[in-house]
Amino acid sequence: MPDYWKIDKALIDRICLIAKLTLTDKEKELYMKQLSDVLGVFKQLDEVKADVAPSFQPYRLENVWRDDVVKDTDWDSLSNSKKTENGYFKGPKIV
Amino acid sequence: MPAPISSVKQHLERAKAGEANLATFIKEALEKSDSIQKKYGPFVTINRSAKPSTKKGALFGLPISVKDCICTKGLQSTAGSKILEGYIPPFNATCIEKVEAAGGIILGKTTQDEFGFGTFNVNTKYSIPKNPFDTERSCGGSSGGAGCLTAVADFPHVAIAESTGGSITAPAAFTGTVGLTPTYGRISRYGLIDYSNSMDKIGVIGRCVYDTALLLSVISGHDPLDSTSSSQPVPDFTSFIGKDVSKLRIGLPKEYFSEGVDKRISKAVHDTADRLEALGASVGEVSMPMTNYALPSYYLIAMSEASTNLAKYCGLRYGAQEDIEGNFEEYFSKIRSESFGEEAKRRILLGTYSRMAGFRDAYYLKALRIRTKIIEEFKAAFGKFDALLSPSMPILPPKFSEIAKLTPIQVYGIDMLTIAPNMSGMPTLTVPIGRIEKLPIGVQLIADQFKEGALVSLGSAIEGF
Repeated sequence: MPDYWKIDKALIDRICLIAKLTLTDKEKELYMKQLSDVLGVFKQLDEVKADVAPSFQPYRLENVWRDDVVKDTDWDSLSNSKKTENGYFKGPKIV
Repeated sequence: MPAPISSVKQHLERAKAGEANLATFIKEALEKSDSIQKKYGPFVTINRSAKPSTKKGALFGLPISVKDCICTKGLQSTAGSKILEGYIPPFNATCIEKVEAAGGIILGKTTQDEFGFGTFNVNTKYSIPKNPFDTERSCGGSSGGAGCLTAVADFPHVAIAESTGGSITAPAAFTGTVGLTPTYGRISRYGLIDYSNSMDKIGVIGRCVYDTALLLSVISGHDPLDSTSSSQPVPDFTSFIGKDVSKLRIGLPKEYFSEGVDKRISKAVHDTADRLEALGASVGEVSMPMTNYALPSYYLIAMSEASTNLAKYCGLRYGAQEDIEGNFEEYFSKIRSESFGEEAKRRILLGTYSRMAGFRDAYYLKALRIRTKIIEEFKAAFGKFDALLSPSMPILPPKFSEIAKLTPIQVYGIDMLTIAPNMSGMPTLTVPIGRIEKLPIGVQLIADQFKEGALVSLGSAIEGF
């Protein structure tokens, strides 16, 4: 089994990329150690034989369906944005 | 000793009878809130436009404070995070709509750990509340502002708080107040700024059990806007106050009295059990060994869900925003890196990792399976007992200087008594049971899902000791 509990520089760089976080080298050093410490404790789960179904919620929930009908809100969805144009949010270039 | 008389109940009776000048009362409550803020810092925002309601419902004339992760129309809601600074929700959470429909008055927004990430309410860029019993100590977290304000407010008031893994129990225990964390799904979460969707629960902190039961009765119930809210009937929870507890069976889960718990707190809880037994309740021990695996399971689930929830904060639609420079990736990463606090980043990193290929199958899903086993263990216990009794917190409220020396995993470990019921969706009630070294301690009652009534009956009996 791969060693999931060791967080090295390459792995923290990959996690930051996915999580959209830009960290300083000092922050990366700190988090590498702290994450490894935390994961070291989480490894305790290896002791448990868990041959049951996973619980995604504390109790069983049924899907709730509704008709696909458009409803207007009574508020301005753009009210908290500083950058809007023609009724749209304005953001940076994607491509 | 009889149970304390609720000043909230007396105030509501006077307001209903037209004997209270509510405009003057609210004006004075706001002035007192300013003084409290200077001394203890429980608020992020005080609602300067608070005024008496015309709706003569169950909360007519009663000030209600609201944890800052719950959206309040026209009133800043930051969830304790810089990334939401300046966010003014254009809508109310459902629980706020219910409070206002019942005549309650929103007094202000209480401080908290950023997005609920913490046990001591020190992880925020806003106000860090000071413990009224010793201002060098923490009020607990993450709903620290709610606990602090409830403890010091010298006017009738009840707080709306929120718990994911113990964020109502910790501050209630550390501030000598009553904290009620209801069953998962009991209160609509529409308008709650989420942390971990499968565990988040809006709840209540009050000066006495009556106050929490009253507010719970008002804000509970199914909501078409929250598909996870329950359609279970909502009783008047205040009707359970003072009910006979002599037929109830109380379990003492032995893992909740382990070495990590201050022996003086354990003894005080055992003394409380003895007093319940003297009232006629039966008390027995129960073993719940899966408790020992609750902490890693909880944090794996919570951080995984948190990291996905926090992906929506990109600095465009609300909260922190900057001049648009660079491409989308650069802008998004820059504003997130500048605006999230240290603990938020730690949880995003851990949560992102736990959902990555390989680790997800090995451990995230395993954590969810262990949650199943923990729920099964609770259900087996509730086959024999009506409620479980344990310490609320394993330690006395710590000093800020002591908290600063703790490692992240040491902080997570302080949640050892609250995590299992929270991740299982079981309701809990924490009630103060005295002081050690002049600091408050609490007892935690845990019941089966949707059995909050038994907690209210037992809690009201305990506060009469």
